[in-house]
Amino acid sequence: MRKFLLLFIVLITGLLFTSRLFYLQVYDTSAQISSDNNAIKKKFDYPQRGFIFDRNGKLLVSNQPSYDVMVIPKNVEPLDTLEFCKLLKITKSDFDEILRKARRYSPRLPSVVVPQFTKEEYAYLSEKMHKYKGFYIQKRALRNYRVSHSANVFGYIAEVNNQIIKKNSYYQMGDLIGKAGVEQEYEEILRGTKGVNYIQTDRFNRVIGSYKEGIYDTLPVNGKDITLTIDERLQKYGEELLINKRGGIVAIEPATGEILALVTASNYDPGLLVGRERSKNFTKLWYDTISRPLFDRVLQGEYPPGSPFKTLTALIGLQEGVIDTNEQISCHGGYHYGGKKPLGCHHHKSPLNMIGGIANSCNAYFCTVYRRSIEKYPTPQEGIDNWRKHLESFGLGNYMGYDLPAGKKGLIPTSNFYNRWYQYPKYKWYATATISNAIGQGEVLLTPMQMVNFTAAIANRGWYYKPHILKNIKDIDTINKKYTTRYNTTIDSKHFGPIVQGMYDVYNKGTAAYIQIPGIEICGKTGTAENFTKIDGKRVQLTDHSIFVAFAPKDNPKIAIAVFVENGYWGSRWAGRIAGLMIEKYLKGEITRKDMEDFVLNGSLEEEYAKPYSGETFNINN
Amino acid sequence: MLASRNPIKLDWITIFLYIALVSIGWVNIYSASFNDASTSFFDFSQVYTKQMMFICLSVVLIIFILAVDTKFYERFSSIIYILSLLSLIGLFFFGKNINGATSWYGIGSFTFQPSEFAKAATALALAKYVSDIQTNLKEFNHQIKALIIIILPALFVIPQPDPGSALVYVALIFPLYREGLHFIYLLLGFIVAALFVVTLAFGIAWIAVGIILIAILLYFINKKKNKRTSLFKYSIITIACIGFSFSVNFIFENVLEQRHRDRFNIVLGKEVDNANIGYNTNQSEIAIGSGGWTGKGWLQGTQTMGKFVPEQDTDYIFSTVGEEWGFLGSILVVFLFLALIIRVLVLAERQKSQYSRVYGYSVASILFIHFFINIGMVTGLLPTIGIPLPFFSYGGSGLWGFTILLFIFIRFDATNYINR
Repeated sequence: MRKFLLLFIVLITGLLFTSRLFYLQVYDTSAQISSDNNAIKKKFDYPQRGFIFDRNGKLLVSNQPSYDVMVIPKNVEPLDTLEFCKLLKITKSDFDEILRKARRYSPRLPSVVVPQFTKEEYAYLSEKMHKYKGFYIQKRALRNYRVSHSANVFGYIAEVNNQIIKKNSYYQMGDLIGKAGVEQEYEEILRGTKGVNYIQTDRFNRVIGSYKEGIYDTLPVNGKDITLTIDERLQKYGEELLINKRGGIVAIEPATGEILALVTASNYDPGLLVGRERSKNFTKLWYDTISRPLFDRVLQGEYPPGSPFKTLTALIGLQEGVIDTNEQISCHGGYHYGGKKPLGCHHHKSPLNMIGGIANSCNAYFCTVYRRSIEKYPTPQEGIDNWRKHLESFGLGNYMGYDLPAGKKGLIPTSNFYNRWYQYPKYKWYATATISNAIGQGEVLLTPMQMVNFTAAIANRGWYYKPHILKNIKDIDTINKKYTTRYNTTIDSKHFGPIVQGMYDVYNKGTAAYIQIPGIEICGKTGTAENFTKIDGKRVQLTDHSIFVAFAPKDNPKIAIAVFVENGYWGSRWAGRIAGLMIEKYLKGEITRKDMEDFVLNGSLEEEYAKPYSGETFNINN
Repeated sequence: MLASRNPIKLDWITIFLYIALVSIGWVNIYSASFNDASTSFFDFSQVYTKQMMFICLSVVLIIFILAVDTKFYERFSSIIYILSLLSLIGLFFFGKNINGATSWYGIGSFTFQPSEFAKAATALALAKYVSDIQTNLKEFNHQIKALIIIILPALFVIPQPDPGSALVYVALIFPLYREGLHFIYLLLGFIVAALFVVTLAFGIAWIAVGIILIAILLYFINKKKNKRTSLFKYSIITIACIGFSFSVNFIFENVLEQRHRDRFNIVLGKEVDNANIGYNTNQSEIAIGSGGWTGKGWLQGTQTMGKFVPEQDTDYIFSTVGEEWGFLGSILVVFLFLALIIRVLVLAERQKSQYSRVYGYSVASILFIHFFINIGMVTGLLPTIGIPLPFFSYGGSGLWGFTILLFIFIRFDATNYINR
């Protein structure tokens, strides 16, 4: 016993150490991370973000240097907080809060203290920074907007948040990321790739050389410049025309699907979302729930399309063979069907054939055509689904696949939709129950982008390219194949002639005759859509939306456009005029109808928009 | 007296283990002390060059030790011991303060740490006393005398202050036990240590309750076997234990300094303060842990190269092994130490003279306690107690102290079968 006690203890100790070492070195791998955090620092080289040009090569967005004050909480030493806060122009409590958050995020990784100082502020700051251990200045590139429009197209860039960092390891606290518009859509192309230098440091955080002679280091890759399909002059003009109005303008080139202008109002100056005031301004925009400047009405606004939809009703009728272009249909102040109240129509001559029906926007004509197309099939369910199939081929009722990160599906109802609505088979429903669809009211909802798309398909007599906003990426020849693929509609091209003619007559002698512009042959269709809001839980009708879709010239069209003005009353009043001006601006570069331009530029609908909030009873459509 | 006439037979296994440990130690000191200025191997301002010089001088020392006859050590044990004590006392008057401890004599740029040599001297004196024909460790006054031999150098070392080196002398209880000291002393020592730790870990209240419960349990178990079991005896022991716990608490809170309390608390997991007090241990664990199976490679340890572990070329040298050579390198070193200690134990057992057996046991015990405390500390199992890893840690005095300690025994062993 006496001989073996020490031996025994020695062996036990050996076992103890072996298992302790096994635990530390093999089982528990956390030390590897701690050791890397200790000694290996990543230093990033931020690349230049790509520039953005318009279709004519005009520079829209470039970069400007900005300087962030950063902190690595672990390295902070006691400091004169008051003096430092004064230097950074923040309060002591803000400072404490920022530091607390930074510490919680990571004691070892850098966090932003105050972002985006200008070059002048930087010069002053950099002299004093050495006094504050753990703080340093990180240079970054900020956006420099050369124009004060197109905020909805560009989107904006902002600091990444924790969720993004968790999802995407590329980003780190304080990095910038595109957050809407093309900045988001083409983030990876625009941002490039940051370079990483792995640096080995000692325990005083002094650099003792590059880690493993730099074999893991990478060079930054600059972001690529991109050219948009936007025409800067047209875009700017569109935003001017919509001042004091709410709505959207979207123009595309029918032959290619390139978006020439994408205007939404209310909007804001993209420059507001750069620099120190960014978050203040953003909050202001975000909380403006009345004019909703961050809401892209062209992409996200779902509206009843109104009369322009009649062109599609006519096309489906022709394709289904339920009507020909010559048949005359009479209108007795509206469309009379089962119910007690007819679907009303305005005053026009009667009866009308198809071209006249379009030119005069006769409700009775299109209700008849719609009903026949549905009732051609044994059940209304089949009829509706067949009708929907045609509309889908125009890109309606679903996301369109354009290259912008915002959008809505719109609504083209299916048979299931009505089955649920009317509790089929408990209750039956017939084509007449959906009759309002014929004239673009009822259940149908489209975004202005979808309206312009079907207009372009009509302009092309039966096909379209998906609308897109990227013209090209510098040094890359091709764009996404989906934007160079032609999509054919289910309507034979021979049926488009009469529709185009009808739309031409709208402009020539119909509902939009008074917006005629000398020398340009426009095909258009007015729309006036009823709409409602809720005030104190009560459904209240507001002044109609003013809608106009058009393309020009009639043959070999260069531009298709959809204009939507909220509560602008009848179609040609605002939307028609604006569409005319836009088309002329694009095709001729200058405006001949100065009277029309003055009307639009000086006109305001603010009074109209204030009505529902006034708390008083008000009249509409006046 | 020099040049023995007797043929000697060296134990080459021990010598091989010694060479292996010293060499591996130097390789790691090279890495731990590597810096930008490391250009020439013969730059005597560099730690690794100095250590190489110390190793070379050890060879000279070894030759001297082996050349001296065994009888010399036996005869002069007491004188060597007294000289050693005097050198420790002399520190109070002539000592040189380095890093807050007055443990060195300074002669020019050369420093000398007598406590490193006092261990061998004490082992010699203890062996001499215990092997004396008149000494009987069953007798109380002999036990006290043996204890005084052990405790004296420790008493002089503590106020330097160097409590770590003082703790080493505790190990000399093992040779005493081997030579007949009652087991109760070891058990007592163990209970004292265990109570000390658990009191600090769980608090006095729980421990008091625990002790009472265990005492009652033991009392009734024994009562069944033996009707005459005295309740009084149990009560006294229980009260003594609780009293001890209270005094531990008292000493811990009122006698020990804050830094000592901190060290214990960190190991007991009560305080996690990796930035300040626990920095050494934490960084050392990170260094070792990040080594993985096979380590980062020589001179490739980021912890080592970044000097994150303080005292890495001395007390924390093992963390370099852990980081750069990984689990495999670490257990190799652990096994080498185990092999050396066990080999010395085996040799001690085969000694014919009690004198050399006691000495051999002392050598094994001293090596073991250094190994145990140092690796325990570096791997975070024990509180921070600053004692070097034998043959590994940088330092001339340390290396020579251990070399003398070990080779005197090798010398004894070499002639043991002829002696007496």
